[in-house]
Amino acid sequence: MNQPFPHRSLRLPADLRLDSGRILPRPTIAYETLGALAPDGGNAILLFHALTGDQYVARDHPLTGKPGWWARMVGEGRPIDPARHFILCANVIGGCMGSEGPASPNPATGRPWAIDFPVITIADMVRAQAALLDSLGIGRLLAVIGGSMGGMQALQFASLYPDRARAVIAIATAARHSAQNIAFHEVGRQAIMADPDWCGGRFLEAGRTPSAGLAVARMAAHITYLSEAGLTERFGRRLQERDTLSFGFDADFQVESYLRHQGMSFVRRFDANSYLVITRAMDYFDLAEPHQGSLSAAFRGASARFALVSYDSDWLYPTSESKRIVQALVAAGAHASFVELSSPHGHDSFLLDSPELNRLVDGFLRAVEAA
Amino acid sequence: MNGLPFRLAAVADLIPRGATVLDVGCSDGRLLRHLRDAKGVDGRGIELDPARVSAALAHGLSVVQGDADSDLADFPSRSVDYAILSETLQAMRAPARVLDELLRIGRRAIVSFPNFGHWRVRLDLLLGGRMPVTPGLPEPWFETENIHLCTIRDFRALARARGAAILSETWLAGTRRVRVHPNMRADHAILLLGSADGR
Repeated sequence: MNQPFPHRSLRLPADLRLDSGRILPRPTIAYETLGALAPDGGNAILLFHALTGDQYVARDHPLTGKPGWWARMVGEGRPIDPARHFILCANVIGGCMGSEGPASPNPATGRPWAIDFPVITIADMVRAQAALLDSLGIGRLLAVIGGSMGGMQALQFASLYPDRARAVIAIATAARHSAQNIAFHEVGRQAIMADPDWCGGRFLEAGRTPSAGLAVARMAAHITYLSEAGLTERFGRRLQERDTLSFGFDADFQVESYLRHQGMSFVRRFDANSYLVITRAMDYFDLAEPHQGSLSAAFRGASARFALVSYDSDWLYPTSESKRIVQALVAAGAHASFVELSSPHGHDSFLLDSPELNRLVDGFLRAVEAA
Repeated sequence: MNGLPFRLAAVADLIPRGATVLDVGCSDGRLLRHLRDAKGVDGRGIELDPARVSAALAHGLSVVQGDADSDLADFPSRSVDYAILSETLQAMRAPARVLDELLRIGRRAIVSFPNFGHWRVRLDLLLGGRMPVTPGLPEPWFETENIHLCTIRDFRALARARGAAILSETWLAGTRRVRVHPNMRADHAILLLGSADGR
């Protein structure tokens, strides 16, 4: 996973002090931009990617060749439009697409950080991206936008920097990880660490990859991104390239074949230790925790307009969690809007074709720009 | 009246410049938009239909998708000058509780509703012997969302029972204002309520 691919990146001018108390010495941040920054800097939008996403939000991915993860939302004539906006998306620290992460060389040893990479938080990811904004000379943003873990970062950004964005859009997300969220992540981490090829975390130096463990982690997580109705609609109990049951343990069912494919294609592009680090950051996330458990205190003084969006079939970060966030924003006196959209596709709906979401983001952004 | 329907314009007339407002059941935010543009009002809304919420957002309004029966509890006490409920009280499962919430959230509450004491309604029932279907209440009983209809006198009694003071009443018939015998002659009423203790 330690690709020599030349991702666009910069090294932050200062060390990053982490929530754990550890220091990340001058981390590298990989990022992509689209469009041109307006002379007054007022058209900048920072997009945050989800757990397994990266900075290739709109253009085809240089390693997989697949379209950007949010090409339906970002691009010419789309709601987030390089003709109008300066669009920035950075790979999170702890990631594996060019930003400082477990596969990067540890400056102290010259060898990959691997399991010595510090445990980070969502706030650490956001502080790194704020430092990137500083380095690029970008002040107040038009908007910060993200879905899932990207939405957590958007909310965290608004909490840490209450005046730095005019608008916040947080989609299919949560202000804290629930016991169920943590439980699913723990299954994934245990699958990775149980793989003998994980080598106690030092698989890169051993020239091995814990493919089986990482693939199982991805398969388990992928189920949480879908819905029962969506799976039934797409696969039902249909068999994969066969007419009868094998009475064995091949992928008899289409849904098994699909999950195996998801698992195998994931291990080709993702670092197992990054998966450990980022899922841990999500599990540690609780926006209210530094504010004596008061979520509305986390948003005190926020000047942005907030739009929260949930999907009715999302059981990973359900509507009730978005409503809890809206309730806190309202109590904090913030300008908050909330919509629950309908889709059969579960948590992943925001990444799929969602015309209602596109309409909402387009209208919301244009209104903020006109204000 | 800036394209505002007559009855909403009559509600808007009650709101002073610069007030803060929560519009419960705000649709696409037409009243809030008018109040913001014409009177500098800082408004929020609640609306059940997601497409209407999206439309309101596109007009720069802050609207939360929700239901007056269950989601008003999220709004802090005395957080706005005016809590408005336009023509939806009669569709609430628990109108008395919704009224309590309006009076808790707003320093004042404005409630507009169709008057079931209107002479057409009375006549329809008296002569036809069936549930009234009138221009103001056009759906038959089995299709209407209006499950808690009331007369102006009924609503006054409820407001007083809930500890509210009636500060003003606006009586409408079609696109005219009514001056006398409102419970018989007005097809709609708009009541401005405050706390009985005058706060």
